[in-house]
Amino acid sequence: MDSEATPVHADLTLVVNGREHRLNVDTRASLLDVLREDIGLTGSKKGCDHGQCGACTVLIEGRRANACLALAVAHDGAEVVTVEGLADGERLSPVQEAFIENDAFQCGYCTPGQLCSATGMLDEVDQGWPSAVTADVSTEPVLDDDEIRERMSGNLCRCGAYVGIVAAVRAGARSREAAEA
Amino acid sequence: MRPFTYERATSAEDALNRHDGDAYYLGGGTNLVDLMRLGVETPARIVDVAHLPYDQVQLNPDGGVLIGAAVTNSALAADRTVREGHPMLAQAVLAGASGQIRNMATVGGNLLQRTRCSYFQDIAKPCNKRDPGSGCPAIEGEHHNLAILGHSQACVATHPSDMAVALAALDALVHIRGRAGARVVPIEDFYRLPDDAPERDTVLDPGDLITAVEVPLLGMPSRYRKVRERASFAFALVSIAASLDVVGGLVRDVRLALGGVAHRPWRARRAEEALRGAPATPDAFRAAADAELAEAEPLRDNAYKVPLARNLIVQTLTELEETS
Amino acid sequence: MTERLESREKVTGAARYAFEYPVENVAYAAAVQASVGRGEVLSVDIEAAQRLPGVLAVLSHENAPRVDSEPDGELALFQSRTVSYRGQFVAAVIGETLETAREAARLVRVEYAAEDPDVRLRTDHPGLYKPDKVNPVFPADTELGEPEAAFTDSAVRVDVTYTTPAEHNNPMEPHTTLALWDKDGSLLLYDSTQGASSVQSTIAKVFGLDPTQVRVIAPHVGGGFGSKGSPRPNVVLAAMGARVTGRPVKFAVPRQQMFATTGYRTPTVQRFRLGADPDGRLNAILHDVFEQTSTVREFAEQTATPTRTMYQAPNRRTSHRLVALDVPTPSWMRAPGETPGMYALESVMDELAVVTGVDPVELRVRNDTDREPESGLPFSSRNLVACLQEGADRFGWAGRDPAPGVRREGRRLVGTGVAASTYPAYMQPGRAIARAEPDGTFTVRIAAADIGTGARTALTLIAAETLKEDIDRVTVEIGDSAFPRASVAGGSSGTASWGTAVVRACESLRGRLNGEVPPEGLEASADTSAEVKNRDEYARHAFGAQFAEVEVDADTAEICVRRMLGVFAVGRVLNPMTARSQFIGGMTMGIGMALMEESVMDGEFGDYLNRDLAQYHVPSCADVRDVDAFWVEESDPHLNPMGSKGIGEIGIVGAAAAVGNAVHHATGVRVRDLPITPARLLPHL
Repeated sequence: MDSEATPVHADLTLVVNGREHRLNVDTRASLLDVLREDIGLTGSKKGCDHGQCGACTVLIEGRRANACLALAVAHDGAEVVTVEGLADGERLSPVQEAFIENDAFQCGYCTPGQLCSATGMLDEVDQGWPSAVTADVSTEPVLDDDEIRERMSGNLCRCGAYVGIVAAVRAGARSREAAEA
Repeated sequence: MRPFTYERATSAEDALNRHDGDAYYLGGGTNLVDLMRLGVETPARIVDVAHLPYDQVQLNPDGGVLIGAAVTNSALAADRTVREGHPMLAQAVLAGASGQIRNMATVGGNLLQRTRCSYFQDIAKPCNKRDPGSGCPAIEGEHHNLAILGHSQACVATHPSDMAVALAALDALVHIRGRAGARVVPIEDFYRLPDDAPERDTVLDPGDLITAVEVPLLGMPSRYRKVRERASFAFALVSIAASLDVVGGLVRDVRLALGGVAHRPWRARRAEEALRGAPATPDAFRAAADAELAEAEPLRDNAYKVPLARNLIVQTLTELEETS
Repeated sequence: MTERLESREKVTGAARYAFEYPVENVAYAAAVQASVGRGEVLSVDIEAAQRLPGVLAVLSHENAPRVDSEPDGELALFQSRTVSYRGQFVAAVIGETLETAREAARLVRVEYAAEDPDVRLRTDHPGLYKPDKVNPVFPADTELGEPEAAFTDSAVRVDVTYTTPAEHNNPMEPHTTLALWDKDGSLLLYDSTQGASSVQSTIAKVFGLDPTQVRVIAPHVGGGFGSKGSPRPNVVLAAMGARVTGRPVKFAVPRQQMFATTGYRTPTVQRFRLGADPDGRLNAILHDVFEQTSTVREFAEQTATPTRTMYQAPNRRTSHRLVALDVPTPSWMRAPGETPGMYALESVMDELAVVTGVDPVELRVRNDTDREPESGLPFSSRNLVACLQEGADRFGWAGRDPAPGVRREGRRLVGTGVAASTYPAYMQPGRAIARAEPDGTFTVRIAAADIGTGARTALTLIAAETLKEDIDRVTVEIGDSAFPRASVAGGSSGTASWGTAVVRACESLRGRLNGEVPPEGLEASADTSAEVKNRDEYARHAFGAQFAEVEVDADTAEICVRRMLGVFAVGRVLNPMTARSQFIGGMTMGIGMALMEESVMDGEFGDYLNRDLAQYHVPSCADVRDVDAFWVEESDPHLNPMGSKGIGEIGIVGAAAAVGNAVHHATGVRVRDLPITPARLLPHL
């Protein structure tokens, strides 16, 4: 047999939504495919498989990332949060609630990525990270609608729910602040 | 995707030792994995260098910064020193890709992005960059977003990085570790024009590892501005990194680099030359832009990039002049 | 205002789409695309592919099971050597894992006898012909009066040509099928489709089965916008792979492959001639359309049909000419016909407004009509003027300076534009079953689809209203071909068609309910075939008006749509929350059409070159700012029991014209070839 053609496998540990998974994966497998096909967490979506749509967005070590571009093997030991891990048991997160209240989705396929992205993005704002529309990058950004739009632009929505998404992220940010206060 | 072995390097030496000449270094993977899935890159061996201890942005004694190659794009753009001292660099990084991708992508990997030319990305088509000698269908084909400067009969691709455009304007130095030891290459020499060997984007030799990018002190206002076909999450049609120092109405110093126009970030030295000592006026900016773009050779469908680049130079310098 | 009933599933990741059903022993498919634009497959070398461990089967015309593809040549997967367009599926691999299947597909070597593909749509193409009909059943050409002479004699004449590019639907969920054959020869498909019933009947025919042997399940579908309105090759591929391997097989078309194999909107070239009196009253309208289809299957987009409905003019002509090129087969994309046709009509109306000096809103009011101009039928309701007027009020249109290219804010040029919208109020026959359960709840079943439209929610509201029950006591189950047969979610006809069946089934159930429900429940069904057939003769259409304000960077030609407002007349709005999202979603896609969407045909190789979401730009969040939608009260007794018109498509109709007209108002430049990119606009600034 052609040795080059033989898949290479590696052992891997992932902590997904607080639960540890020990796996043996093909080195070629993306984190997205491992989540969906091996672990059975199909909430994270595959829209383009090239980091161009954001439907696969998850949080890796607390930061939003495209799971389709992440080789699973390169994330041995990582803590991953998917859309299935955003709620606290039966209690939805403020951003999830706000997405429902603002009808921030239609077909729902981009929604898990939007939610993980929004969750990670709000933390980035808390850390004071600027964006491409921050007028003066040396200052602390203020999360207005322009900032939300720019920061959520890595998540495409073909149904065109952006108006609702921006409203939902704005509302989610507010109720998150209120909860923290 | 071809099967490959995966190894995680623990140090630069370890990475160099593991590299057999054909291996690929993996940073954030945001372009490499993309290209592997397209079949454009087919490594048999991957050496992960994302965990090497090059994940800091350090302030140098001269006021410049040393940016580790494994620093993520997000961390670079969030860095206080960079935001205050080199705003155009933070802006350039933030103009690229998406929040998710910036969280994954590394500085070293960003420098080594491949072109987004459609022909390059489709293995069923010829492309001299991907398959040397197979031809360049873009010259007669679809090229509305390809090069107007420095291209050759072999290749009309553009370099996709925003960050590298700012680094070009900043006279950045690329720190490299190779078999023969460490070396430092100015970013303008780091990138190649296509000539008759477009398969080589840079002067890196097989196994060379980027460890850091050094950015000298700038000390004048700067700005990055990008024009694209949608408001965010798109590659540049033309972008500009500019800084301007005006004293008594005269240009004391100026830096200009263009993105989206050439096989490498295009340092606009002719324009800079024309401007040093000249009055800081829109007319002078326009004349300088024209001096730079006189050598532009647009293709059938991308001549619009010439006025676009000219107007961007004038607009950006005018704004810098007004705010300085 | 009712939230989507499946909201919680969608925000927690629990909503399953076709690829996501857990099945034992599943295998994965990957497809090989033709790398020539026209020709014949000479040989398929599968040796390298088969050597890979975990490859279960390689399919091509050399070994694929025979199928009957009479309904649609695109479903004749691997049935001949012929390559009809670049990117057509010519082989497939079934593998134990996705990685193995895709790598093996890369290693399949196909040799071709290649010919140069003919892929350029042009108005002097010798192959242009008049189709027998345009989608779905409209005449290709119409003529009233003496249009040519009347145009020549008109005091004011506008004679211009607009073009629209090929555009791809690009639903976020790729076309996906999970296929399982049972030992008894029946086929179960989890499919990403807009119509479970039609996939069932079509695929049954393709595989020579009785429709009862095929079951299609699709409760959640990640968008379609027309491209999932009929089964695409992915369904046949998955089913074929499953049959050959004896394993469940799943296949999601990779994004890049979608650009060749899952449909798109044809490019159009549209010559428009408007003849009018000096006050803008139309005397002649001539709309001549040129568009493409493939050699595999004819699809004739009905681009000129809205021109037959919109404005009065005694002399008129519409025509469609088609040419069959070596290109992928075009198909439905959100408001086929109306979208490109109304872009051109509403742009040329703006040109007439400029020429005559009549305000663009007033010009449309002046040419309003109470009978459909070509059919002569009365409109069941037509509130275009109300939409224009309410829109103008809400937008702040009054006092608009018509002069183009004069409003500057710093380096930005600012302008506003208006366009009208229209879409037919179609209705299809269908069936439904309503059940009263012994516990006091109700269940309604119908093979309808919710592709993000809010159909599940709307049908539940309709059922609850008919049953006079609280919505919490009513469950509507959809997305399964085992339920009563339903039409496709297309032509904005879903709610009207399915809703009528639901109403009739629920009415019948109510009629039979008297007190106690028996332990086995009580059931009533309905079939609306006769009702749909016997409707009175009316012209049934929804109307609307869209307003846009843009700013254009005078240095770079970057265009920002600052705000956009739509007002629609769509009969009764059943669920304001989801209706608003439908309108805004359509308008958002219209922004994409106006400013960025374009599938670029490669003249040498014959494929759509920008075949991913980095190169084919759809609007991002940052492109969509202040977009809002409203509707006027409209009571129309001639529609259906709900009094509703479809709302899924009208939002995109006219949107691109409103933006383009605003760009003209801002800059004084009329770009007549979409999309309006810096490359097209900057040279004229």
